[in-house]
Amino acid sequence: MGRKLLTEHINVEGIHTFDVYRKHGGYASVEKALKTMSPEEVVEEVKASGLRGRGGAGFPTGMKWSFLAKPEGKPRYLVCNADESEPGTFKDRYLMEKLPHLLIEGMITSSYALGARTSYIYIRGELLYVLRILEKAIAEAYANGFLGENILGSGYSLDLHVHPGGGAYICGEETALLESLEGKRGNPRNKPPFPAVWGLYGCPTVVNNVESIATVPWIITNTAAEYAKFGIGRSAGTKLISAGGNINKPGVYEIELGVPVEEFIYSDEYCGGIWKGRDMKAVIAGGSSVPILPKELILKTAAGEDRLMTYESLSDGGFATGTMLGSGGFFVMDDQTCIVRHTWTLARFYHHESCGQCSPCREGTGWMEKVLHRIEHGHGHMHDIDLLVSVAKQIEGNTICPLGDAAAWPVAAAVRHFREEFEWHVKHPQAATAPGAVFNKAESVLA
Amino acid sequence: MAEIRRYLSHYPADRQKSAILPILHIAQAEFGGWVSPEVMDKVAEILNIQPIEVYEVATFYTMFNLKPVGKHVLEVCRTGPCMLRGSDQLIEHLENRLGCKVGETSADGNFTLKTVECLASCGTGPMLQVREQFYENLDAASADQMLEDLKALTVRKPWEENY
Ligand SMILES: Cc1cc2nc3c(=O)[nH]c(=O)nc-3n(C[C@H](O)[C@H](O)[C@H](O)COP(=O)(O)O)c2cc1C
Ligand code: SF4
Ligand code: FES
Repeated sequence: MGRKLLTEHINVEGIHTFDVYRKHGGYASVEKALKTMSPEEVVEEVKASGLRGRGGAGFPTGMKWSFLAKPEGKPRYLVCNADESEPGTFKDRYLMEKLPHLLIEGMITSSYALGARTSYIYIRGELLYVLRILEKAIAEAYANGFLGENILGSGYSLDLHVHPGGGAYICGEETALLESLEGKRGNPRNKPPFPAVWGLYGCPTVVNNVESIATVPWIITNTAAEYAKFGIGRSAGTKLISAGGNINKPGVYEIELGVPVEEFIYSDEYCGGIWKGRDMKAVIAGGSSVPILPKELILKTAAGEDRLMTYESLSDGGFATGTMLGSGGFFVMDDQTCIVRHTWTLARFYHHESCGQCSPCREGTGWMEKVLHRIEHGHGHMHDIDLLVSVAKQIEGNTICPLGDAAAWPVAAAVRHFREEFEWHVKHPQAATAPGAVFNKAESVLA
Repeated sequence: MAEIRRYLSHYPADRQKSAILPILHIAQAEFGGWVSPEVMDKVAEILNIQPIEVYEVATFYTMFNLKPVGKHVLEVCRTGPCMLRGSDQLIEHLENRLGCKVGETSADGNFTLKTVECLASCGTGPMLQVREQFYENLDAASADQMLEDLKALTVRKPWEENY
């Protein structure tokens, strides 16, 4: 059983309360940092740990912190990204609901490192019940002297607030999130300037994912050197994986980076194998935005090596034969899954969530949804399949924010690895649209 | 108003517009699950901004209902990961039970059926949300039970006692 760094005490009765959390070693990082470390030392420690952002892009957290501009006379902000809207991902919700004080502890220690005096947790509006859990925990932290004026007599003061979104995936993108927090529509900003220079209210700002911030307490309490002992190489530490789809044991698992994918899917410690005794067809390993891989390529790389749950191993082979760890939204499709229908729901999602600022994204996502709808419902043409690929190509790299890429990649990858399933829909529309019909390789050869 | 003032205190004095989403949530819960033009005008007044600024925001975010809704709004997740676990079947079941399609309100006025995108609950799909509550791992039987429970439910606001 792998060691848990974030979720060790998650099932302890009452761990969501201040007293129980504190009894289990909670808030030790705040005491250590505020009493014995300078802010710069905290930043250096996080840098040395090798922690990479857990929101999807995997950018080194300590390095991001060291880029924060520090002009005289301007406040600096830390904003926690709790927008968690990437389909397949539900780890931040789990963490905040069960361990609200872990995130609050992380926010205090991280805010101290960055010199922020007011910090925000931006949580997606659909999770208002989690906002209330966090607000209750924040009130407890104030009452116990861990928030507010002169924390633990250190002279450092911090206010922490939770801010609800209004239902918009795009507000997970950091600059859209900041616009939204300022009370505007969630339209991503052109970069540069980056938030490190021009963020919330025009002030230097760091935006970090919930899990990234929740990892900081362990690093500060136990040292970077201890943290770096977990994981493999540049994939240091542990990662929360949201496991879903057609598996026996869906849920959130904290894994040490480096667990083989095969073990993750089939062992009873994690997903427990494919449900209903079926075979596996495909996996999306890092949230809906990353390329889908068929069974053969998710278990082994093109070179025949075991695929591991690390940033490097999952991306081995580039997009031709690999994928990405992304947000850790790992969902499995059994052999009864219609890839065309599934891809259509994702295309519909991205079209629905495009903010509409750039025409390649606005038009392209609409086009892909329409073409996929046509193919799925038995009105597709052979050239539609290539059309999907070419629309995806036209979006990629031509937009203000990465949502365009995120919309293009899943469609391009589905066609890349499952082209014959799309062709079957076009060639045999009647069979393909029959209730419950699923492409079957063996039968299609006969057809 | 105490709840609104609490949120206003979270933002710098010259940045009160930041409170627009929290206030819209409070307003929607307070006024029957939707925000009317009058309610939006009132929000603009509280924030000391133009009404158009509130309309712009309210129309961008999907959680705000701009038309009257039934007593309960069922927001069913329809995205891929939930589809893998049976959301298509759940939606069909609810349409049959309620006698209305997605986007419509049942004849008795109790339920408005909506589909939404991923609610960060993919491991426990198929699922839906009603106000702040999640209903997860639904099948036909538990969905029917939920409908019965909701019909009998007295709706309370989170800032009321006994919530
Ligand atoms: C369309 C889009 C949606 C995103 N959604 C989220 C999200 O829900 N949560 C999150 O932490 N990061 C999300 N991100 C990534 C953020 O922009 C940002 O990189 C991240 O919050 C940085 O935190 P980290 O460095 O700790 O990972 C999204 C990015 C894009 C382009
Ligand atoms: S890529 Fe799409 S979501 Fe991003 S700014 Fe452009 S239109 Fe908006
Ligand atoms: S896909 Fe339904 S909750 Fe994520």
